Amino acid sequence: MEIKDYIIELNNISKSFGDKVILDDVSIKVKKGEFVTILGPSGCGKTTLLRLLAGFGQADKGEIKINGKDYTDIPPHERPVNTVFQRYALFPHLDVYENIAFGLKLQKVPAPEIDKCVRRVLKMVSMTDYEDRDVESLSGGQQQRVAIARAIANQPKVLLLDEPLAALDLKMRKDMQIELKEMHKKLGITFIYVTHDQEEALTLSDTIIVMNEGKIQQIGTPTDIYNEPQNSFVADFIGESNILNGTMVKDKLVEFAGHEFECIDEGFGENTPVDVVVRPEDIYIVRNLESAQFTATVKSCTFKGVHYEMYVDTDKGYELMIQDYNAFAPEQEVGLIIRPADIQVMHKERTCNTFEGEVVDETHVKFLGETFETLPQEEFKHGEEVDIQVDFSKIDLIDHVEEGMLEGDVHFIIYKGDHYHLTILTDNGDHIWVDTTDIWDKGDLVGINIAPADIKIVKRNEHND
Amino acid sequence: MKKFFAQCYIWLLLVVLYAPIVFIGIFSFTESKVLGNWTGFSTKLYTNLFTGDMQGTGSLMSAIENTIIIALIAASVATLLGTIAAIGIHNMRGRGKQAISFLNSIPILNPDIITGVSLFLLFVFLHISQGYVTVVLAHITLCTPYVVLNVLPRLTQMNPNIYEAALDLGATPFQALKKVLLPMLKPGMISGFILAFTMSLDDFAITFFTRGTVGLDTLSTYIYTDARKGGLTPELRPLITLMFVGVLILLIVINIRAMRNAKNNAQ
Repeated sequence: MEIKDYIIELNNISKSFGDKVILDDVSIKVKKGEFVTILGPSGCGKTTLLRLLAGFGQADKGEIKINGKDYTDIPPHERPVNTVFQRYALFPHLDVYENIAFGLKLQKVPAPEIDKCVRRVLKMVSMTDYEDRDVESLSGGQQQRVAIARAIANQPKVLLLDEPLAALDLKMRKDMQIELKEMHKKLGITFIYVTHDQEEALTLSDTIIVMNEGKIQQIGTPTDIYNEPQNSFVADFIGESNILNGTMVKDKLVEFAGHEFECIDEGFGENTPVDVVVRPEDIYIVRNLESAQFTATVKSCTFKGVHYEMYVDTDKGYELMIQDYNAFAPEQEVGLIIRPADIQVMHKERTCNTFEGEVVDETHVKFLGETFETLPQEEFKHGEEVDIQVDFSKIDLIDHVEEGMLEGDVHFIIYKGDHYHLTILTDNGDHIWVDTTDIWDKGDLVGINIAPADIKIVKRNEHND
Repeated sequence: MKKFFAQCYIWLLLVVLYAPIVFIGIFSFTESKVLGNWTGFSTKLYTNLFTGDMQGTGSLMSAIENTIIIALIAASVATLLGTIAAIGIHNMRGRGKQAISFLNSIPILNPDIITGVSLFLLFVFLHISQGYVTVVLAHITLCTPYVVLNVLPRLTQMNPNIYEAALDLGATPFQALKKVLLPMLKPGMISGFILAFTMSLDDFAITFFTRGTVGLDTLSTYIYTDARKGGLTPELRPLITLMFVGVLILLIVINIRAMRNAKNNAQ
């Protein structure tokens, strides 16, 4: 039976605030006793998802089940979950003891039992003898410990943690991570942990759910997520990586950075465009140029404590990041080797921009809310609904916003070795993907132009969205 | 030199401001019937005031009683209404919030006489016979915005997760209000209550227009009527002095509380 296996089931949850879609058809299943981390950049919807689980706010669509029971419309105080908030949210008018006893007193637990419980949870968070302290006299780390103690005193089935360590300094954060992990083992309850810190997620979790823009990007164990990212967003967000455009020549042979490499992936078909991820620590850098697969020139070398971080320019003009225990001096010629198992090949989400459009006349077409000039064509009649295709590299971004047909801001940047792949969010909320060698920063306002010759009109494919 | 003149100016200003009240204060310690005639130091007027040994005693005593009871009722109800309103306004979003905050400040800026006349017309229009009840209602209207203004900042300073934390720990919305929200708002509510109490205490215009013709007097209307009758009853001098001192003490309390709050927040 499925019901017994999963403590939490979120089915097709969607949520919008006004026009803005925060969660888009999110489904998650969590096993009993798991430590699950929801990981993503700020604004990806992770906190909203946690708040829906806690009962603060209603999903527009979808169903929330806890322990097999439908909790979609049940108010927060009747849910068997407790939350640790990012900014602690301790009750300032109560002392440490009363804060922790708050939930138990509401449940009318007898006083001696409350006493015992408070002492037990305080011991668990290493805060014994702090019962009578005023919460505002405690340090940030101590307040967060009290907040955790308060949440677990209620013996919830699921503990929800909303970036609980974000406000602490690095050293304290590391200590607390270890303590949280141990606490999870001792308590044996399910933890749902929200963070934007990928290292924290990798350290703590049994399962990581990577989210971006209200959608789940990948669910998997930390090693899965790190070694086999399913798309370039995950690869870029988790750890350092070299992400390059490639072509799957045939099974077990992939071409990227101007060379062909053996790999272990199959089933992509022949000559299929793909994204390739190679972690910087998986590129072997050697002095002997003969034995290497390809060569490169070291551009910079920085000591990072355990390893050196080097940027190299390959013989075919791609920039790669390499981490190695040995330092190689700038300007030095080096050989590079990548093992088949270290090459992660991913399907491309898209190979060009596709917009829904409408033909205006022989030389004009309307899409993204604007009318663009095209080369003269007679194949499509005016008023016909068509798909518009524009290559990533054929979109011009300009500084002078007012000179562009469209306006937008740079939303996301991935470096692909010899160019940048940008996601532009237009003012109307549409996405445009652009390949460029120009350097833009995240958040830059840009004007967008497309030359008439670069607009390709194709028949509307209803199945393709 | 510049500083010296600046100092002089401020002192001159204070003297002009407070001379009348100090004048009454001084002459409350003499028996003379006419204000300004010093007939030697005496506390007889104070004794008269408290033992009731003077002319028109009954109505003055009942005016004092009315004033205090009306102020207590109005301040209490206003504190309740104002706190609830503040919580509501705090949880509103966008335009509505701005609009309501703006509407809340109108009664404060609006001249009392206009509030008084409009309430008078409203009561007439609704055929509500004017008397004690209408005065109390009018005072509640007068006081509530001040409570809102005192409670609202405490809500904005509060960590928004605190109320949710209470719900999360198993409190019903009502329990969360009682056990978490209200205790946290208490300092603001107390300041609001004190301010509302003093506002009600010294109101004249609104009371005057809403008390009807049943002969209801508060202190302010009593003094007004008394002064018009020809000369001030001498016993009003110690009364005014006592009221001034009372309000002064309340204001000092409010200021000390505000200072303490500011200090707590700074930490």
